[in-house]
Amino acid sequence: MDAFTLINPPSLWDNWLAFWSFEDMNVLWVLIGSILLGMSASVIGGFAFLRRRSLIGDALAHAALPGVMMAFLLFQTRDPLIMFLGAVTSSFIGFFLIDWLPKNTKIKADAALAITLSFFFALGLMLLSFIQGLEVSNKSGLDKILFGQAAAMTEEDIRLLAVVTIFILVTVSLFFQKFRLIAFNQTYAKTIGLAVNRYELLLALLIVMSVVVGLQLVGVVLMAAVLLTPIAAARYWSSQLSHILIIAASLGALSAIISTQISYLAPAMPTGPWMVVSLSMLFIISLIFAPKKGLLKRYLEHKALRQKVSEENILRTLYKLVERQSFQHHHFNQADILGLRSVPADCLQNTLKLLCKKSLITSDPKGFKLTEKGLEKAIQLTRRHRLWENYLNEQADLTPDQVHQQAERIEHILTDEQEAQLRLELTNSLLDPHGNPIPDASNHVSPQLKKVQEPLT
Amino acid sequence: MINDIWILATAALVAASCALVGVFLILRRQALMGDAISHSVLLGIVLAYLITDSRSLPVMLGGAVIIGLVTAWLSDSLHRFGKLQSDASIGIIFTLFFAIGVILVSLYAGQIDLDQECVLYGEIAFVPFDTITIGGLDNDKESGFEIGPRAFWGIGIVFSIVLISIVVGFNRLKTVAFHPNLAISLGINVVFWHYFLMTLVSITTVASFDAVGAILVVALLVIPASSAYLLASSLKSMLWLAVAYSQAAVVIGYSLSYILDSSISASIAVSAGILLFITILVLQVQKKLRQKRVITIKMVETVKTTL
Repeated sequence: MDAFTLINPPSLWDNWLAFWSFEDMNVLWVLIGSILLGMSASVIGGFAFLRRRSLIGDALAHAALPGVMMAFLLFQTRDPLIMFLGAVTSSFIGFFLIDWLPKNTKIKADAALAITLSFFFALGLMLLSFIQGLEVSNKSGLDKILFGQAAAMTEEDIRLLAVVTIFILVTVSLFFQKFRLIAFNQTYAKTIGLAVNRYELLLALLIVMSVVVGLQLVGVVLMAAVLLTPIAAARYWSSQLSHILIIAASLGALSAIISTQISYLAPAMPTGPWMVVSLSMLFIISLIFAPKKGLLKRYLEHKALRQKVSEENILRTLYKLVERQSFQHHHFNQADILGLRSVPADCLQNTLKLLCKKSLITSDPKGFKLTEKGLEKAIQLTRRHRLWENYLNEQADLTPDQVHQQAERIEHILTDEQEAQLRLELTNSLLDPHGNPIPDASNHVSPQLKKVQEPLT
Repeated sequence: MINDIWILATAALVAASCALVGVFLILRRQALMGDAISHSVLLGIVLAYLITDSRSLPVMLGGAVIIGLVTAWLSDSLHRFGKLQSDASIGIIFTLFFAIGVILVSLYAGQIDLDQECVLYGEIAFVPFDTITIGGLDNDKESGFEIGPRAFWGIGIVFSIVLISIVVGFNRLKTVAFHPNLAISLGINVVFWHYFLMTLVSITTVASFDAVGAILVVALLVIPASSAYLLASSLKSMLWLAVAYSQAAVVIGYSLSYILDSSISASIAVSAGILLFITILVLQVQKKLRQKRVITIKMVETVKTTL
């Protein structure tokens, strides 16, 4: 954008105002058309993505090129419907080729895609250069479908665009359940008697149609991104298909608005690349900041969990130290803690500081001491640890040497209900496999256990 | 006439280098990576030009190699850390790079002698007019000795690099291509060879860029190598066959463009495709005939046994 403002700074704001006041009715129509396209392409691209054919849009868009050129050569007209039919036909041939090659020859699926894409594109370019050498009227503007030019769209173009995209959106919402079933579990769909092949064909037709109808706006070369990027971005926001599709459609619409504006403000600019750049920015934002599965969220969660685990480990170590001193002595220094559990020193200091802040321990010249609250937490953790050790020992036939590592991990994530359930399933919930007492839920070790404890220490 | 020879020679070298590199792309199932790199190389060229203000070969090669490796690396990281399917992550990265490249080209169209058309077709027909002169003074071309088109020497150098790499690294490349797991257990650095291959793809595409443009390179990378893949029984024969197919495509395509007055590079790519489809057709017919023969033999045998 910055670089762009440098070229014609004075008129930019006026142009922008003119754009949004819709002085030119055509602007409004193009805007609506591109929003519809962004939405339908994102939704249909979602199903291509789920079928693990993310780049099918790329190949199909390239494959449409010779169809457009052939239609022009045969009928010598720029009628949108004829161009559309030509493009759909050659795109469909491309679709079958991509399907047929890996099934019938040694050629692998990825190579089949690349072969189809590049061959059809070359054929289209060859026909285009051939047409440009011919003496025929209204051939100019044919090359606009390579990169897309929203400003160059005519009224008929937009009418066709609106009809096709609405058809796509309506069809998808009508057959949503079936498409979803086929996308996630094709075998199951077959066994319940769904005509999978027929729906696959319908889906293919919808993909081809949305690709072809977008050529005027986005262009052959970059159509792939309009199908692929919104759904990839939306996946970070939700894990429910209907939500993902709605988010993808909104992202598609948003990028359509941005790119159409730019195409009007700078008529020499191709629309497609701007649409792809704005989509990619939305993708990067989603990848990093999405509240459900974004990288930042995952990083913070990971960090918080690590912090929680190290805090709880120190609490439990302090409890063990108290237990070894038969609950007589309550103050321990860092060396005592390090004697029981090896932690990097700086990490230990940080954790101790945090624990002090949460008033789970107190620190005074004699050393660190568990507070009432800290003791309660430490008892809970130790109880869960030892109950789990018992459980593994009794129910999973693991020897006492094997159970400690597993319990070390699970103690941090067991819940109250699971703890109660463990207690129910155990015959012995007083001593763990190493002979240590399992502290009671209410408070410290019961009196008779203290007796057991004494000979040990 | 001399111009035709220069064009044919350049096209032949472009096709041969692409075919050689393409063989390894096909074997490593990285055809889409070739597609991706050939697109993003555009951004590399434009950025290298905008930063250094020169179009000399080392600058272009450097820009292309960096952007090619970045593409490969980013797609791989997006696949691993973003938890996306690998083809989806490739698709997102290269469309973004290509889009930025096209935007830069249209912004600075006056300064770079590149335009959107050239990005797509390349301009092999103009190759003979951009020549290198040696021996003369800087601004006086007449006094020097003209050694031929710039694009020709560019692709010539890249072709030698590709050829030498393949001859020297033949065994390593072979193991990595056919048995990546064996290669790992033998202690071969598979990651290094992967990025080495990506480097070869990048320099080949950038050197071919002047001649055939960003997208038709994909055809030359993938199609002759696939034709060879159908017929070959060893890596060596596959390399030879791929080169043979690519040279046949150059000759047929050049004549086709002469007859139809169409773009030379597009016609070469189309001829490569037609050769592939003829190969597939012949193989399919052979398969059908073989099946028929087997069936008749079986029928004869059953008739014999029943008698």
